[in-house]
Amino acid sequence: MSVFDVRDLWMRYGSADVLTGVTFQATRGEVLALLGPNGAGKTTTIEILEGFRKRSAGEVSVLGVDPARGDERWRARLGIVLQSWRDHRHWRVRELLAHLATYYRPYRTPWPADDLIERVGLAAHADHRISMLSGGQRRRLDVAVGIVGRPELLFLDEPTAGFDPESRRDFHDFVHELSDFEDTTILLTTHDLDEAEKLADRIVILAGGTVIADGSADALSRRVDAAAEVRWARNGERFVHSSTDSTTFVRELFAQYGEEIADVEVRQASLEDTYMALVRDFESGAGDAALRQFQEVTR
Amino acid sequence: MNGIRLGLARGRIELRHIFVMPSELVQHFLPTVVFMVVIAFLRSAPLGGSTVPLGAVILTSVLGSGLCSGGLVLMTQTLAADRDDGTLLRAKALPNGMPAYLTGKTLVASGFALANVAIMLVYALLLFHDLALPGVGGWLTFVLVTVLGLLATLPIGAVLGSLFPNARVSAVIAIPILVLTGISGILVPITVLPEWVQWIAQVFPMYWLGLGMRSALLPDSAMIAEIGHSWRDWETFAVLGAWAILGLVLAPVVLRRMTRRGTGKAIQRVG
Repeated sequence: MSVFDVRDLWMRYGSADVLTGVTFQATRGEVLALLGPNGAGKTTTIEILEGFRKRSAGEVSVLGVDPARGDERWRARLGIVLQSWRDHRHWRVRELLAHLATYYRPYRTPWPADDLIERVGLAAHADHRISMLSGGQRRRLDVAVGIVGRPELLFLDEPTAGFDPESRRDFHDFVHELSDFEDTTILLTTHDLDEAEKLADRIVILAGGTVIADGSADALSRRVDAAAEVRWARNGERFVHSSTDSTTFVRELFAQYGEEIADVEVRQASLEDTYMALVRDFESGAGDAALRQFQEVTR
Repeated sequence: MNGIRLGLARGRIELRHIFVMPSELVQHFLPTVVFMVVIAFLRSAPLGGSTVPLGAVILTSVLGSGLCSGGLVLMTQTLAADRDDGTLLRAKALPNGMPAYLTGKTLVASGFALANVAIMLVYALLLFHDLALPGVGGWLTFVLVTVLGLLATLPIGAVLGSLFPNARVSAVIAIPILVLTGISGILVPITVLPEWVQWIAQVFPMYWLGLGMRSALLPDSAMIAEIGHSWRDWETFAVLGAWAILGLVLAPVVLRRMTRRGTGKAIQRVG
């Protein structure tokens, strides 16, 4: 059964169509990365799923409920981490988490504040005022606030913006734990494609108001036939070649030079390469369509 | 109801923040302290035509206007600020978050306004102890005016707070409040002002709050500076009651509209 199910979702602001028929689903425990250029409608999509915004048309079901009609019991099953928070400056870390946990108690068993603080690495700051936290610490608190009610579905909007590499690594481990042990379904947006590749079971790319790709990072890279990069050395000289069929290329390389070849390295196309190729294809396609339309009009 | 219980807990924590943080204390209570110092100098000058000290008249008037300028302004500005910084959106993301938020805010604004009143009342009783203590009737009026005053000003503050586009603009609320203080017979008796100004002042709750407090706490000889030489208690209750009803009817409508509108886009989310 799907945790959320979006079918042919449309959103119109005034006369501008922001979403034009978005369809995608997530199953329990899945980590889904929603990618796309700025203005592609990622935030609008998430806000509709969160029940913060009314859609123009389409079918949306989140945890079996239409978000436009979700009640408090439904809301208690969601966790939300937005991009920028500056709220509750005067509160102390533990004070806020312990207080927010009480909102969930009628519906489910929230995290004990101290466990959660420990888990997101803020133990040393538990009694500090939130205004005294650094950007990265503040972000970790935001994540803690998002999951304090042990949500079944967690929305993470650019969760690691402002993290240093170490806390980013910690955060990634944490997300894996949430999906593996708590069976939390996670929908995240990020501009860090490396992060999306590490975290997500599935990637959904949104561009121009529709889903232009939906699949694992691996499946997407096969779809675009992105070239892999082959590096090797021969007689002390270094070479680089890019190939869409790296296995054949390497086999031929060895057949030709045998033991002269050293330091072979094959780098598969990263999600970044795939993403760029997909978005570029889509944009040139959209450009072509606009051009055709223009020609038809002027003819 | 669950939201109200959560809101009371929330309000208690936020009130504690106001009372334990030096920066918050200064910001919220400095005007009161400055005012009390000034009043000490006006201790012995009598109100024209009576034996009641001018300082006592002004101090009791400010007890009333303070309800308006304190609670209402705090409500307006924190609501606008909380919409800007994501507090409201956070409340929307929590089960029962909005009723809890509004309950908490109401408790903070009324707690702050009441603390202000209590401080000035104690000061007034110490400074002007030679004035006869108000009788049971006086205290009853005092309590009624205080409660009606909160009801008449806090919901309106919430409405104003949700109408202002952002926290910076909401600071302009201080200007009409200042003007109202000037024309509402708080610092100078209203009867010295031109009649058309008196009529404007009598539309708003501030004048009636000041009058109600004077009626409750001052001896009847101070009536000499009032319109019609009367405390007009019933009129006071009627006007404050009308403002309370107006606010309580408007606030839910306006707040619901604001809650629907206020999404993450408002706090700079990138599409």
